[in-house]
Amino acid sequence: MNKPIRRIAVLTMALFVALLLNASQIVVFQQDSLNTNPQNRRVRDEQFGGHRGSIVAGKTTLAVSDATPQGSQFAYQRSYPQGDLYAPVTGYFSYDRGSTGLESAYSAELAGTSNSLFVRRLVDTVTGRSPQGATVETTLDPKAQQAAAQALGHQQGAVVAMDAETGAVLAMVSSPSYDPTTLSGTDIKSAGEAYGTLLQDPDSPLTNRAAGEIYPPGSTFKLVTAAAALENGMQPSTLVDTPAKLTLPGTKTQLPNETQCGDGQQTLDRALQLSCNTAFANVAIKLGDNALRQQAEKFGWNFQLGDVGGVAARFPANPDPAQTGLSGIGQYDVASNPLHMAMVSAAIANDGKLMTPYVVQTVRAADLTALSTTKPKELSQAMSAANAQQLQGMMVNVVNSGTGTSAQINGVRVGGKTGTAQTTADKPPYAWFTAFAEKNNRKIAVAVFVESANVPRSEVGGNVVAAPIAKSVIQALL
Amino acid sequence: MAGPVMINTADSVVVYRRRRNVELAMILVAQVIGLAGYALTHLNLDGTLPPEMLSVTMVWVGLGLALHIAVRWRAPYADPLLLPCALLLNGVGLAMIHRIDLIPDPPRHDVLTQLIWTGLGMALAVVTIVVVRDHRPLQAYTYTLFLLGLVLMMLPLVPGLGVELNGARVWIRIWRFSFQPAEAAKFVMTIAFASYLVDKRDALAVAGPRFLGLTFPRPRDLAPLGVMLALAMTVLVTQKDLGMSMLFFGLFVVMLYVSTERPAWLVLGGLSFAGAAFLAASLFHHVQVRIDAWLHPFQNYDQNLQIISAQFGYAWGGLLGRGWGLGRPGLTPLAKSDFIAAALGEELGITGLMALIMVYALFAFRGLRTALAARDDFSTLLATGLSFLFALQVFLIIGGVTRLTPMTGLTTPFMSHGGSSMVVNWMIVGLLLVISHQVRRPVAAPTELTLADDSTQLIAVPTAEVRP
Repeated sequence: MNKPIRRIAVLTMALFVALLLNASQIVVFQQDSLNTNPQNRRVRDEQFGGHRGSIVAGKTTLAVSDATPQGSQFAYQRSYPQGDLYAPVTGYFSYDRGSTGLESAYSAELAGTSNSLFVRRLVDTVTGRSPQGATVETTLDPKAQQAAAQALGHQQGAVVAMDAETGAVLAMVSSPSYDPTTLSGTDIKSAGEAYGTLLQDPDSPLTNRAAGEIYPPGSTFKLVTAAAALENGMQPSTLVDTPAKLTLPGTKTQLPNETQCGDGQQTLDRALQLSCNTAFANVAIKLGDNALRQQAEKFGWNFQLGDVGGVAARFPANPDPAQTGLSGIGQYDVASNPLHMAMVSAAIANDGKLMTPYVVQTVRAADLTALSTTKPKELSQAMSAANAQQLQGMMVNVVNSGTGTSAQINGVRVGGKTGTAQTTADKPPYAWFTAFAEKNNRKIAVAVFVESANVPRSEVGGNVVAAPIAKSVIQALL
Repeated sequence: MAGPVMINTADSVVVYRRRRNVELAMILVAQVIGLAGYALTHLNLDGTLPPEMLSVTMVWVGLGLALHIAVRWRAPYADPLLLPCALLLNGVGLAMIHRIDLIPDPPRHDVLTQLIWTGLGMALAVVTIVVVRDHRPLQAYTYTLFLLGLVLMMLPLVPGLGVELNGARVWIRIWRFSFQPAEAAKFVMTIAFASYLVDKRDALAVAGPRFLGLTFPRPRDLAPLGVMLALAMTVLVTQKDLGMSMLFFGLFVVMLYVSTERPAWLVLGGLSFAGAAFLAASLFHHVQVRIDAWLHPFQNYDQNLQIISAQFGYAWGGLLGRGWGLGRPGLTPLAKSDFIAAALGEELGITGLMALIMVYALFAFRGLRTALAARDDFSTLLATGLSFLFALQVFLIIGGVTRLTPMTGLTTPFMSHGGSSMVVNWMIVGLLLVISHQVRRPVAAPTELTLADDSTQLIAVPTAEVRP
């Protein structure tokens, strides 16, 4: 019986070899994907309880990891000293509700697990030091951030300010906000309850209104239409038909003006100052939807600021002439957000050159060496320098003698555009203001959006509600 | 294969070395490995040695020494590697169960019952060595053993005695202790199979009609065996005990092949296994669930949490493991019993798991080697059966946990928390020790009575060569 036994021995050996090979392939082929699986609690717990680097703005700490008392389930706990103020940028870092904002986008760097920290991690392992995450330094200016939040007060809305020449985001405020500390606590049950409460809050405090949502931009979009007009051969002095009521082509709908624009013709410049709907609807119909869409895309309509969960703005795909007319004044299916409207002003102020917005300046390892630094980068040439300068002049006129007088500041060149967007009949309109300001060779852009402006349905909404907020932010920055 | 087998051939005689001192040294090494796991767990978790370190060491080393002394006394020629392998696996298993005990707050003390079962198993192994001494008389109890096996298997179906756990009705509970009688049944049945096949091997191999180029045994030779197997399989299938059914079937086919030396049995067995597996997979929901969990576990996270968590543990442990006490094996349900191989892989790494698999392999191969060395058919067949049973069980359970095969819910020999498996595995060790002792023991050379020995001879004849 020895021959069959030897064969059985070979079979048995094959069984064991199969076990060994299979065990090795787990490490060789599956380890990485298993460890990055979001359902892997082992990895998640270690990251959640481990040390994370801070998120800072200048000398202000936005997020920090504190050691917990001995014997706690997790070694570190995340806290956000001015949580509500910076939540749209920092996001939260929760145990079982994921993470958002920079906490999510820079998770590997903050946790010290990114590839750029590999050598340091190796050194830490060898020397027995516990690994330290990298610090994320933002571009935010705490003064501007505070001013924006204060000016916005309890109103629902958002503010974005950026450096027109670099694209650095200087302020990003969304209201109402939430305290990420309550969601990032090591008491997982109460963090989960806090999350549930925030999720059901009708004012949706978890929403990043500054960059993560899109809303009808109203008359502020007339800047894009004006830019397209200039780029297509019109001048600020070009006369445009401005009837009191415009019957949209192919329909019986009559589009009225919200302001005193008369019933005849206005120059493009004056039409912008007065924010004449019929003038810009006519310009839009004349230019056609393709020209408008291209101009919007040059202003970064498709850009998404991923670090803070930003979304792209929207321009309708196939509007008929009537819809194109409405789109030209920021109605119909056009949608944008404060970040994108700030980008429009920034590109105009920067002589047509649109810089890519960014919120992270430097990622710095625990030993203070910079792992990465963001260099300003051009996103697109939105319009020619000459046309941009003409549009700057038109925007300055809006503030000096048009609908945006609330934004005037002594000693500062301010140009802006108001907006009031109708949503539904039963809801108050959205108030908008986007502006640039220039002083001592520094150019900044600001956009303000107030969701439930408590004002009459008229074009003054932007000037009364939104422009003063922009003014406070500009004053804080310049 | 190398290895002196034949004894008493014309001019060479093989005498196996006893190697008892080697065994003693290796027992101590094996026990240090288990104790190191115990010490490291506490060093990693509390920074100090466990308070009971000294007493635990004395008890554990004492148990090992007791076994060694029993072997030295009554089975001095037994294979010297079997005992160290078993003690290494058992020690690491106990340490891991203790480590998992420490996860909940307050800690559990499951390792104590496991240690009691281990002691009981070792005691039975000693009884086998000291009292039974020879396995060959077992051959006389073919049908008794078979009946005993069948009764054991059916016990969980007895109302009031059997309990259903995790979807399979394979446990009985007496007072506070639960026991899986199929574990004992597989041991008893292996002996029954071996003795039956030895009896009937010639009839099974030679006589009978030819069909499709194969010689089939006569029905009257095969029938008792077929009935045995059919009954056993029916009981196991009604209990939804997939692992044990596969184990029995594999054992049966291999033993039939070894005894008849006809490879056709392997082919036939393989084919009917494939057919049965296909039928089971299309008929039974619980089989489908197991197969889904094997092929696409990540498609249903909640249902396949256990196997997914085991894979996460392996990835988390990586090549070298988190270290004793530093992983999170508690996240995997049943980490102490069915999934102890996952806990070991997480904390000792894939390297540690592979080392343990090698120890299992070593144990199985020492058993097969004993089978090769045996002089009588019953010893050969019994040693082959026990060794293959052991290897197949290791393959199915570790393969299941590492997703090489579907999960079949068997115990991991010497490691899983559970009394029945522990006791039976130690009885297998005892029996293998006895067989190997009987096999390797020098046979008293038959002294041929020659005329030269006859003191009454009238004429002196040349003396025959005296053998040692």
